[in-house]
Amino acid sequence: MLRYTLKRLVSLAISLAVASVVIFLAIEVLPGDPAAYMLGVNAQEDTVAALREQLGLNGTMWERYSSWIGGLLTGDFGISYTYRTPVADMIADRMQVSLPLAIYALTLSTLIAFPAGILAASRRGSAADVSIMGITQLGVAIPNFWFAMLMVLIFAINLRWFSAGGFPGWDAGLYPALKSLTLPAISLALPQASILARIMRSSLLDTLSEDFIRTARAKGLTRAQALRRHALRNALIPVLTIIGLQFSFLLAGAIIIENVFFLPGLGRLIFQSISSRDLIVVESVVMLLVFAVVLVNFAVEITYALVDPRLRHRS
Amino acid sequence: MSDPRVSHIPPQAAPVRLWHLAFRSRNLVIGGALTLIFVAAALISFVWTPFDITQLDIANKIKSPSARNPLGTDHFGRDILSMIMVGARTSIAVAVVAVGIGMLFGVPLGLWAAARKGSLLDEVIMRANDLIFAFPALLIAIMITAALGPSAINAIAAIGIFNIPVFARITRSGALSLWQREFVMAARVSGKNAARISVEHILPNVTNLLIVQGTIQFSLGILAEAGLSYVGLGAQPPIPSWGRMLADSQTMISFAPHMALFPGLAILLTVLGLNLMGDGLRDLFDPKLRRSRQ
Amino acid sequence: MTLLEIESLDLDIHGTPILRDVSLTVAPGQIVGVIGESGSGKSMTAFAVMQLLPNGTTCKGRVTLSGHDMLALPEARLCKLRGDEVGMVFQEPMTALNPIRTIGDQVAETILIHEDVTKAEAMARAREALNRVELPADRFPLTRYPHELSGGQRQRVVIAMAIALRPKLLIADEPTTALDVTTQAQILELLKRLVREDGMGMLMITHDLAVVADMADEIVIMQHGRVVERGACPAIFSNLQHPYSKALLAASSHIPDRACRTTDAPLLEVNRVVRDYRLPRKTLFGAPVVIHAVKGVSFTLERGESLGLVGESGCGKSTLTRAILGLEEVQGGTIRLDGQPVFDGHRVNRAVRRRMQVVFQDPYGSFNPRHRVERLVTEPFHLLETPPTGAARDRAVDEALTSVGLTPADKDKYIHEFSGGQRQRIAIARALIIKPDLIILDEAVSALDVQVRAQILDLLAELSAKFGLTYLFISHDLSVVRSITDRVLVMKSGEIVEQGPTTRVFDDPQHPYTQQLIAAAPRLPETAA
Repeated sequence: MLRYTLKRLVSLAISLAVASVVIFLAIEVLPGDPAAYMLGVNAQEDTVAALREQLGLNGTMWERYSSWIGGLLTGDFGISYTYRTPVADMIADRMQVSLPLAIYALTLSTLIAFPAGILAASRRGSAADVSIMGITQLGVAIPNFWFAMLMVLIFAINLRWFSAGGFPGWDAGLYPALKSLTLPAISLALPQASILARIMRSSLLDTLSEDFIRTARAKGLTRAQALRRHALRNALIPVLTIIGLQFSFLLAGAIIIENVFFLPGLGRLIFQSISSRDLIVVESVVMLLVFAVVLVNFAVEITYALVDPRLRHRS
Repeated sequence: MSDPRVSHIPPQAAPVRLWHLAFRSRNLVIGGALTLIFVAAALISFVWTPFDITQLDIANKIKSPSARNPLGTDHFGRDILSMIMVGARTSIAVAVVAVGIGMLFGVPLGLWAAARKGSLLDEVIMRANDLIFAFPALLIAIMITAALGPSAINAIAAIGIFNIPVFARITRSGALSLWQREFVMAARVSGKNAARISVEHILPNVTNLLIVQGTIQFSLGILAEAGLSYVGLGAQPPIPSWGRMLADSQTMISFAPHMALFPGLAILLTVLGLNLMGDGLRDLFDPKLRRSRQ
Repeated sequence: MTLLEIESLDLDIHGTPILRDVSLTVAPGQIVGVIGESGSGKSMTAFAVMQLLPNGTTCKGRVTLSGHDMLALPEARLCKLRGDEVGMVFQEPMTALNPIRTIGDQVAETILIHEDVTKAEAMARAREALNRVELPADRFPLTRYPHELSGGQRQRVVIAMAIALRPKLLIADEPTTALDVTTQAQILELLKRLVREDGMGMLMITHDLAVVADMADEIVIMQHGRVVERGACPAIFSNLQHPYSKALLAASSHIPDRACRTTDAPLLEVNRVVRDYRLPRKTLFGAPVVIHAVKGVSFTLERGESLGLVGESGCGKSTLTRAILGLEEVQGGTIRLDGQPVFDGHRVNRAVRRRMQVVFQDPYGSFNPRHRVERLVTEPFHLLETPPTGAARDRAVDEALTSVGLTPADKDKYIHEFSGGQRQRIAIARALIIKPDLIILDEAVSALDVQVRAQILDLLAELSAKFGLTYLFISHDLSVVRSITDRVLVMKSGEIVEQGPTTRVFDDPQHPYTQQLIAAAPRLPETAA
């Protein structure tokens, strides 16, 4: 188990290293001169030069890269060009919205998907199965930002149960804050839950057709017992993979959903920075998001080993 | 020890029977019809739309659906039905090219990795794939846009790059199981090299997998394009796009809900159609899976 | 009183008839063998007793298990009987156990499901059951996971689960088919012992007459979902009535008519061949693990000879086959065909390779399903410098198909239009088409039903006489090797432990391993021959 974890940690580190190079190249090298790009076409020659100096763009590529990474490692993400504040502070500020939103959505999605998928699989062909499959088919096809707009239309504009957007901040109290995150979380969670429920169902059905389920039934277990004791944990392995993969879609989705609800999260920060050409901020936020994705995949792989003894023993 | 039981290849149905089955599959018929409607709308829009969408008609702005404009008009008085027809062009073009990019690079990489399974090359290809998976299409688009500015081309590139590992993986996993089969061994005994076997024996037997995955990626591509255009990273004005129509409608949603409703429905129905078609094709190609997926 | 009574059972799945008018009985302490080829409905009979049937199955008739009318009982009552009154052992031990739960847990579950006992007591009794199937506590603690056990050991765990509550009836569905011959003998011995000790009745399903011949008290022969013959064993073998049973027995002990034509001209010379595999490193910084698959094997194959190579799984015979075919380079030694090396430096010698062909085991996996027969059988032409074209090519295809008993018209068909036996004929046609000197038959008849197997063996004998072919016959099935080879090599752990004329090796084995193998092979009673 320790070896397995170590091996995963090494591959985590390699992924992050390569990802940072890709991001660095895409954002600092691809545009040519980032300073000129950030200031736009009408910039004065000396302002550009000043900015280059300020951003440390005059060094070699390797120097710039290592100082960026060195900064990231010590929590110094640089200074935002447009806001003149440390990027680390801005990110910390925005994380207070984005992180709870992601966790809220993932929890909702799992809470909906697991029972739905298990119900559909255990009553295959029943009315419950057919309706769950029908609803999830729609859920998979619906664009989440459009679904969010419909939710706003119904629950905020017509029924007035929620506000149409904005975030009061955690200082306003837990309930108002959570309430303002509820519509965004549902909009994110439902399409995810649809995918997850379908995967859960098909994975369970695959497992239920395995030989060892027949063995369990021959021992005298009822269908329900065989499902609970033998199928569920085995079926969880592919489902975990999907949860891990979905996390990255959830992050991407959150970037868009934050825009629909005017939430001051990382997604809004990214778009504001893109429109103000603040490459320093874009670079760091993208790196952070990639870090989150890689970290979640690492967690998923560790969970595999906890579920499956074959992985624990192999390495 | 040699297990006397044998692995059965699902018998390949004769073409006539396949068509017969295809028409009996509800998923395939409904999905195919929906897809066909939107492809037809996109094609027809090249020669005819109910109204010219390049002409602004402020007098008729934000009209609810009526006999004149079945789906109403937008804030510039443009006919929404015509906009959706032209928008279908953008969506389909972006998704088709993105799937094309994914297949063009992903399939050969997957075949190559499978042919050299366990080698350094295989490892590098698969690790690179994992790495791209860490960047959702939207993040790739954000990076490209941050560096090069927003455009439809960049949206295609972002979705296409994201598709590469998807196709590489599915090709590799299909190919790996085929490489274990005895007919590949027989081809090797006949002196054929890995490249030739990959083209002659492996590729034709993974096409079904690729077609099914292709439809799924096509539908994901349409969703991704809509999302990117919605946040302004996709098609730029004046190219009409479903995602941007939704973005435009957002501030007017309380008094002009039709502006938000119809482009969203267009996305939903197209994606639904493609997904149904993908499911139907999978059932058709692999009857074994039919029991587990509906 | 009989323990199990099946009376005129009809079984349909979605309207397709599977069983018709099947009747049989099992008394306590009695072993009843049910024999049939694939598709005879023998396994479905077993599942009908357990009432573990696929959806859409309908049963008519009576199945009575120690007084319970199994067809009428509600599911909840059936669950109480399964595992308690009747236990079952399956064909495929590798997949029959839940991979993520310990063996102790899985055996104890049988007890926990049926009896109101504490977990600790159930575990103690699971230990006892594992001891009974000869998995001692010191080597097989309850905390083991299935993947840490071999196939034979896993089958013992499945048996332990089935007998943990000492059921009155044990159903074994092809329990040894997936196992090596020595393991098979041990498992059969174990089953016999358990039946004797517990006075259980046993229903033993198998395709192999020889497996049940020396353990069953009664034999039931099935064909196309019907019982064609029943009788006490072994008396039944000397007095078979039904034509199908007679044909089955004849095919099981069939020996093709062939003349020994050994010459003194060596065709294939294998000299001190070594093949090692490097496994991926298990630890991050550890040394790579090296597996010695073939350790310095030498033998000679005379022109016109039929040489057998027998051994159990993992003995290195597949590796050796691939090396001879030039699919893998060897690390040491030489392989020469008619004096020419198979490998020319690091390149495969095409001049040699075109003189050898191979026929594989799996008649379903040996062909690309998307190609027509013509394209399939002409694939070896790729080895020729100037492959025949036009009429010459057509003639070659027709000739190859005709010589294996098919017709030239078959060349336009796809492979799914053929049965398993016909596919194996096509595989032979593919091997014949470039007129090779040597054909390697890699378990070529192992996947076939006995009657088809007998026909293919006859065909091979006929072709060898007609074209002067040399065979290297690789198999785990001793009876097949005995019937078709002149000389035999016995391989174990990458080495050839014994070689000699087939009759000598079988009648008077010298090496202890050969003796063990031959003793383990199930044999038909003498009266049958």
